[in-house]
Amino acid sequence: MSLCDFADFVCRFPAFNDADIRMVRKSIDDGFRSFVREIAPAIDTLVAPIQKFLNGAEALFVSTPWIIILAAILLVVYFASRSWAITFGSAVAFCAIGVTGLWNDMMITFSMVTVSTLLAVLIGMPIGICMALFNGVQRVMNPILDVMQTLPSFVYLIPVVMVFGIGKVPGLIAVVIYAVPPMIRLTNLGIRLVSEETLEAAEAYGASAWQKLCGVQLPLALPTIMAGVNQTIMMSLAMVVVASMVGVGGLGKNVLQSINNQFFTVGILNGFAVVAIAIVFDRASQAYGRRLQKHWEAGK
Amino acid sequence: MSDIIRVRNLIKIFGPRAGDYVDKVRNGMSKRELNEEHGHVLGLYDINMSVPAGEILVVMGLSGSGKSTLIRHINRLIDPTDGEILCDGTDITRLNDRELRDFRQRRMAMVFQKFALLPHRTVNENVGYGLELQGISPEERRRRAGEWIERVGLHGYGDLFPNQLSGGMQQRVGLARALTSNADILLMDEAYSALDPLIRVDMQNMLLDLQKELKKTVVFITHDLDEALKLGNRIVILREGVINQQGTGEEIVLNPANDYVASFVKEVNRGRVLTIEHLAGRAGPASTSFRLDRATSLQQALRAMGAAGTEIAEVVDGSRVLGTVGYRNIVDVMVQ
Repeated sequence: MSLCDFADFVCRFPAFNDADIRMVRKSIDDGFRSFVREIAPAIDTLVAPIQKFLNGAEALFVSTPWIIILAAILLVVYFASRSWAITFGSAVAFCAIGVTGLWNDMMITFSMVTVSTLLAVLIGMPIGICMALFNGVQRVMNPILDVMQTLPSFVYLIPVVMVFGIGKVPGLIAVVIYAVPPMIRLTNLGIRLVSEETLEAAEAYGASAWQKLCGVQLPLALPTIMAGVNQTIMMSLAMVVVASMVGVGGLGKNVLQSINNQFFTVGILNGFAVVAIAIVFDRASQAYGRRLQKHWEAGK
Repeated sequence: MSDIIRVRNLIKIFGPRAGDYVDKVRNGMSKRELNEEHGHVLGLYDINMSVPAGEILVVMGLSGSGKSTLIRHINRLIDPTDGEILCDGTDITRLNDRELRDFRQRRMAMVFQKFALLPHRTVNENVGYGLELQGISPEERRRRAGEWIERVGLHGYGDLFPNQLSGGMQQRVGLARALTSNADILLMDEAYSALDPLIRVDMQNMLLDLQKELKKTVVFITHDLDEALKLGNRIVILREGVINQQGTGEEIVLNPANDYVASFVKEVNRGRVLTIEHLAGRAGPASTSFRLDRATSLQQALRAMGAAGTEIAEVVDGSRVLGTVGYRNIVDVMVQ
């Protein structure tokens, strides 16, 4: 006589019956759908400026002649990193992507990452500052960030698609939500790492809270904040590929199509193109962060 | 001379319900009982002291004595639990935020043990920080900061960053920052404790030289009695948040108030600290043409008498003769 004969629930997890679950699910889904339908106009007006911004950025990147874009990117990379090696490597990477016919797709991905990074910094920095200045905010935000960072990236797409529908902007929103936690965390950390004595000195000479923030805390936190920006860029790039599932174009869409159709070469090429962009961004922003840090390394 | 800062009945208790325990502490609850049974820490108890204008007051105590807590009350980096701190008659514990900032900008400057310079600013920008907060224009700031950088002996270092300098030089920057702000009260929190002995002596001498000319009111914190005796016009000895003794260096060395103070004083080089003034008359009437000023230290007196080949000297205050002192008297006091 086995254990299962003795009592059924020992082997099969006791669950509500299917009919009940179906009913609960249906009522929640219906409720949510009608709620979304009701607030749809509000969402549209809310999203309109982001849409405009994103379209503008995309148009700028796609319609400008490639030679100007390349020159501009290399200039930015050089002035951020002050390194010929990184600049030269970037030039090679972008040319390689160009000759394989992926320039336009790359520009779409590029605009997406640029806009989402900008938004993530704009949203993340003030939240990070509030977390650093008020312990209460930190207590509330930390569990939220923990959840955001452990949630699988696909799961982000569900509520976003439900509320915002399918398209570029919902994709952008998913990317920003996914990429913002490191920005928030590292801003908070950077400000909290500023030494107590330095703050005390500012206070002793009569600095106001605002003067302390702008003159002492933010400048000293800048290298850490830059590390946050770097992380945010990397995460945006990763998420841009996933977000192709909800209608974001560019390199990610090609990857998705390659998976669906088993296009080996196209998939690999697009995948490497994303990696190449990631490396360029990473090297340039890290070199910039290191340069910021230089003057408080002793005796160099 | 009038007192510029007066601390009255100051009590500092650390803990979430500090205010509730003030009366109990005043009525004799011990530091230990407060800590063990109520989880609050008594930082300072019934501090009364005053700082005369234009003089250096040294607060001496070992770590944990509350000396850093005490100095932070004077510019209210720490708020007292009870008592008042008067500066020119104004109770600074009652200032609102804006008044407090204004007060810190114009009246007080502080020098820190770990320098506390802003690492992302050049030496010149650090030195001009106080002026920047006062709203002085960049050119004016640069000029005035440059002057003080020269004065503390950092000519040519204005455009370097603090971490490119040695500890002693960084503290010169700290001192220049304090002097540039043009405040009349200088708070120095173990300013020289982190420095090498030789550099420390240099910095002490620089402070004394500057003080002759500037006549700032200085509150100087130290754990080193020798430093206290060298710098302080008056000395306050603090132990476990309570003042054990206050007075001039000589008073403390000659009449330590209790065993604790006595144990410190024992190690002091009396020949350098004590002056011959209080020995005047020890040698009885004698005629000598060798005269020493009353402020001469015992050491200097011995050296001078030895060099002159005399056994006896007259102690004088200007042209007034206070009495005579013998070589033998001085030696006796020194080896006591």
